[in-house]
Amino acid sequence: MTEPARITYREATKQGLREALLADPRVFLMGEDIGRYGGCFAVSKGLLDEFGEERIRDTPLSESAFVGAGIGAALGGMRPIVEVMTVNFSLLALDQIVNTAATLCHMSGGQFPVPVVIRMATGAGRQLAAQHSHSFEAWYAHVPGLRVVEPATIDDARGIMRAALASPDPVIVFEPISLYNMEGELTDAATQVQLEGARVHRAGGGVTLVTYGASLWRCVAAAESLAQEGIDAEIVDLRCLRPIDDATVLASVRKTRRVVIVDEGWRTCSLAAEVGQRIVEQGFYDLDAPIARVCTEEVPIPYPLHLEQAALPGPERIIAAVRRLFGHAG
Amino acid sequence: MLAEFRLPALGADMEAGTLVEWHVAPGDRCRRGDVVAVVETDKGAIDVEIFVDGVVRELRVLPGTRVPVGTVIAVLDTEAPAPAPEELPPPPRTATVESAGAAIQQRAKISPAARKRAQELHVDVASLRGTGPEGAITVQDVERAGPSPQPLPAAAEEAAAGMRAAIAAAMSRSKREIPHYYLATPVDVTPAVDWLAAHNAAVPVTERLLLAVLLVRAVALACRDHPGFSGFYRDGRYEPSPVVHVGVAVALRGGGLVAPAIMDTAGRPLAALMNDFRDLVARARAGRLRASELAAPTIILTSLGEASVETVLPIIQPPQVAIVGAGMVAVRPWIVDGRVVPRHVLTLSLGADHRVTDGRLGAQFLARIAALLADPAAL
Repeated sequence: MTEPARITYREATKQGLREALLADPRVFLMGEDIGRYGGCFAVSKGLLDEFGEERIRDTPLSESAFVGAGIGAALGGMRPIVEVMTVNFSLLALDQIVNTAATLCHMSGGQFPVPVVIRMATGAGRQLAAQHSHSFEAWYAHVPGLRVVEPATIDDARGIMRAALASPDPVIVFEPISLYNMEGELTDAATQVQLEGARVHRAGGGVTLVTYGASLWRCVAAAESLAQEGIDAEIVDLRCLRPIDDATVLASVRKTRRVVIVDEGWRTCSLAAEVGQRIVEQGFYDLDAPIARVCTEEVPIPYPLHLEQAALPGPERIIAAVRRLFGHAG
Repeated sequence: MLAEFRLPALGADMEAGTLVEWHVAPGDRCRRGDVVAVVETDKGAIDVEIFVDGVVRELRVLPGTRVPVGTVIAVLDTEAPAPAPEELPPPPRTATVESAGAAIQQRAKISPAARKRAQELHVDVASLRGTGPEGAITVQDVERAGPSPQPLPAAAEEAAAGMRAAIAAAMSRSKREIPHYYLATPVDVTPAVDWLAAHNAAVPVTERLLLAVLLVRAVALACRDHPGFSGFYRDGRYEPSPVVHVGVAVALRGGGLVAPAIMDTAGRPLAALMNDFRDLVARARAGRLRASELAAPTIILTSLGEASVETVLPIIQPPQVAIVGAGMVAVRPWIVDGRVVPRHVLTLSLGADHRVTDGRLGAQFLARIAALLADPAAL
C-alpha cells in the first residue's frame, strides 16, 4: 500500500492500528461504537469490514466492564487495544486501570504482566463541553506501573501503536481530540517511534517551551510569532508523560536558561508543576528567569466557542509569558 | 521621618564590605547600638550596629553582596510610634513569616544562572542594573559587565591579603601624613607585679588580672590628664575625644592585627576591664568584632612583651594622634635608695603626632602612666 504524502492525524492513527492488526493475530480492538459506527471520532472506520467482528468488537456502554475485559484478555495472552471514548469517561474505568492493570505485574512478582493498550481521546477545542473535553493526563502520569504517551505529530500517531504493543506494561495512549483533523506529512520517522523520550520539535536558543499533545501546535504558532520579535524559541515535545524525559528537558533549559511550560491540564497539581519542579531540582543554577506556566484556566471547559478558546493555553498567552521572561511587559 | 542607614567605615581604610547576614527584617524595631547586620571586611566579620532608633522599613542589600562604604543598606522610620508594652498584642505566629517575606521582596533580584556566572567571572553583581523580569539581573547583564580584571584568590588568601592591604594602606598613610616623634623610658613595674601576684593569689582564677589590664587602665587615666593624646586629627585640626577609648592591639593567628577599643576605658574598674579585655581578644580572634569597637579607639596600646622585645617604636593609626608601646617585663639591676637591686622593668614608649603635641608633653604623658603604675592599688 502506498501512503499519501499528507494525511490526517486520524488516518495516521488508523494506519497504526491496521498495521498492528495485520502484524499480530493476538491484537484486537474493543470499545464503544468502534465497529459498526466506525468509532466516535471515526478512527476505526472501515476496520470492521476488513478484520471482522472477532477482532473489531463493539462493547456495551460500561467502561469499567470492557476495560476490565481488556485487562483480562491481556493476562490471557492477547494484545488488546481498548478504546475509551474520552478521558472523562475513562474515570469510570479508573479502578480497573489503576488498581488492576497497573498493579498486577508488581503484586505477582513479575508473573502477570498486563500488556494492554488503552487509547483515549483528550482535551478541548471541539465544543464538546465540560464532560468531554478535559485533560487528565496528569492523573495517569502519577501512577507507577503505567506508561503514558501522547502523540502530537503525524509520525508519532502513526508509529506509537507498534511501540505500545511491544511493551509488557499497560500503556495509556492519549489522542488529542483537536488534532484528529490535522493534516501533515508522514515521514520515515514514523517507523522509528519509541515509547519513551521527549523530542526537540523546534530548535532554538532563547527560551524553552516544554509541552505535549495539542499544545505543541499552540507553541509552534507562538514560536513563529516570537521569531519575528527576535526571540528564538526551542520547543520540547514531551511525547511520553510517564516516565518524563528529564535529560532532554534539562539539556534544553541549560541552553536557553528560560522555560515556559505549556499544559492543557489545569495548573494546580499539573504535569506543568511536575516538570517545573524537576527543572528546579536539577537545573536551578541554569535558570535566568522564573519558570513560567501557561495552563488551562481553572474552570470546567466552557461550551461557547469564545469561552472555550479563552480557557485554553493559546499562542497569545504563551507569547505574553515568554515576553515577561525577557523583562518585557507582557 | 525616614533615615537611611549607610554601610559605615569599619576602620580608617575600609572601602567596601560584604554583607554576610541581616539580624533584622522589615518591620523590626531597633535601638541605637543594636547589632543589625554582619559585614565581612578586611578585618574579618564585623557586627554592625545601628546609629538610630527606629523601625526597619526596607533592607536594600542582599546577603552575599559587596558594597562600597556609604551605600544605603537599609531604610528606617525613626518616628514610628513605639508600641506601649501593655498594648502590644502577642505576635501572631505568621508575623515572622510575613516579615521574612517582606525581606525577600526587598532583595535585589538576580537569577540563579546570573549569580553562578557572576561568581565564575568575578563580577560584582551589586554594581549591575538588571534587564530581566522585574529588573532582575540576568546572565546577559553579568556577561555584559565582563570579568573583573583580576581573578580573586581563594577566600582565606583573599581575607589575609585584604587585611595586609588594609594595614599597608593605614601605615603608609600614617608615615606619609603624621610627623611622628618617639619617646621611650624604662619603668620599674615591681609594685604592679607584686600587687598583681598578691591579688591573684587571693581571688578565684576567673577574677585574676593581667598586667596588660593595669597598663590599659593607666593609659586611660593618663589620657584624662593629657587630652592631647586621645582624640582624632581630621581636616587639619585636632579634636580631643571627651571619652577615652583605649584600643588594644591584638595579633591574629592567621597574621595581621586589629586594635578594637575597650569602650570608655577610663570609666571601667579593673575587674570590668579584665572581662572586656578577655572578651575582646576572643572575639577579635574569632573575627566577630563590632563596628563601633574598630572605629572607636582614641589611642592604642600595643604590647610586644610576649615577643621578648625591649622597646616598641609604635606607628600611629590615623586619625589617632598617639600610640603607647609596652615591651617585655624583665628583671633588671635597678638602683633604689642608692643600692643596686633586682627589679621588674618594662620599657614604655610613645609614638605621638608632632602636629598636636611636643616631646615635652609626651614625656609628661609617659611619666604620668609610670606614676599610675607605681601605685596599682589606686588604679
